[in-house]
Amino acid sequence: MIGLSHYLTVAAILFTIGVLGIFLNRRNIILLLMAIELILLAVNINLVAFSAFLGDLTGQVFAMFVLTVAAAEAAIGLAILVIFFRRKGSIAVDDADRMRG
Amino acid sequence: MIAILAFYLFAAMTIASAVLVTFARNPVHSVLWLIVAFFNAAGLMLMTGAEFIALLLVIVYVGAVAVLFLFVVMMLDIDFSQLRSGFTKNLPFGLLVALVLLAEIIIAANARGSGQIIADRPADAAQPNIVALGEALYSRFLFPFELAGLILLVAMVGAIVLTHRRRGDARGQRASRQIARRPDKAIKLAQPKSGEGVKL
Repeated sequence: MIGLSHYLTVAAILFTIGVLGIFLNRRNIILLLMAIELILLAVNINLVAFSAFLGDLTGQVFAMFVLTVAAAEAAIGLAILVIFFRRKGSIAVDDADRMRG
Repeated sequence: MIAILAFYLFAAMTIASAVLVTFARNPVHSVLWLIVAFFNAAGLMLMTGAEFIALLLVIVYVGAVAVLFLFVVMMLDIDFSQLRSGFTKNLPFGLLVALVLLAEIIIAANARGSGQIIADRPADAAQPNIVALGEALYSRFLFPFELAGLILLVAMVGAIVLTHRRRGDARGQRASRQIARRPDKAIKLAQPKSGEGVKL
């Protein structure tokens, strides 16, 4: 039977793939943003699975909030990406060293 | 039985497309695989009884966020092969970190000894999922809900302000100059004699 741990395992694998994507595609901001979306999706699966497991709707409500924040983050991130490309002519993260950080 | 099959199908498809998001050569393909991943994750959520969240995932992600990604990927003219140059260099370390994280999460999830049935236990069968969710959102979680709306508004305004570009050669109206113009400055009456014409 499908239990809570099945869902948690799927979410864990998804989260790990997202982290791996951040490590591997360090130069490409678009793929970094997509990896972050994958991580947030894993969080959402966890929240929904726990909501069903505990019979409590709070998990789904918070999944909605995570969805909201993820959409806002994608919009702002892509906007920053567009102006970054307009200034530098590339989207490599290595070029974002103007502040010498 | 069909539920178990469906779970494994959705789970495998979600994970496979997530892997392809990371490893696809073309970023457009990455976005398309991201759409597939979100679709299958929506299927996973549907099986727990969270219908509204599942449909929201399809509407918001496939309908809006993925299309936004596609627009940006296609709008920017980038040499993507050059961007992948660090890929093999980062591969061993990235894989190591990912495996350690995965092992930790799985151990933590299984340590609790939880393994109960999840699919066939609806939270409150008397109410549909959307009704229950709406009642929770508009009563107990009203303030966070309004805050979420504010976050979306700020993100919208921020994205527009960031990307809006004032072009130098664009023609526009200057309302103050139009209003300040008076008829005696704008009109000149002249009564030329025949054959002379008007000098301005």
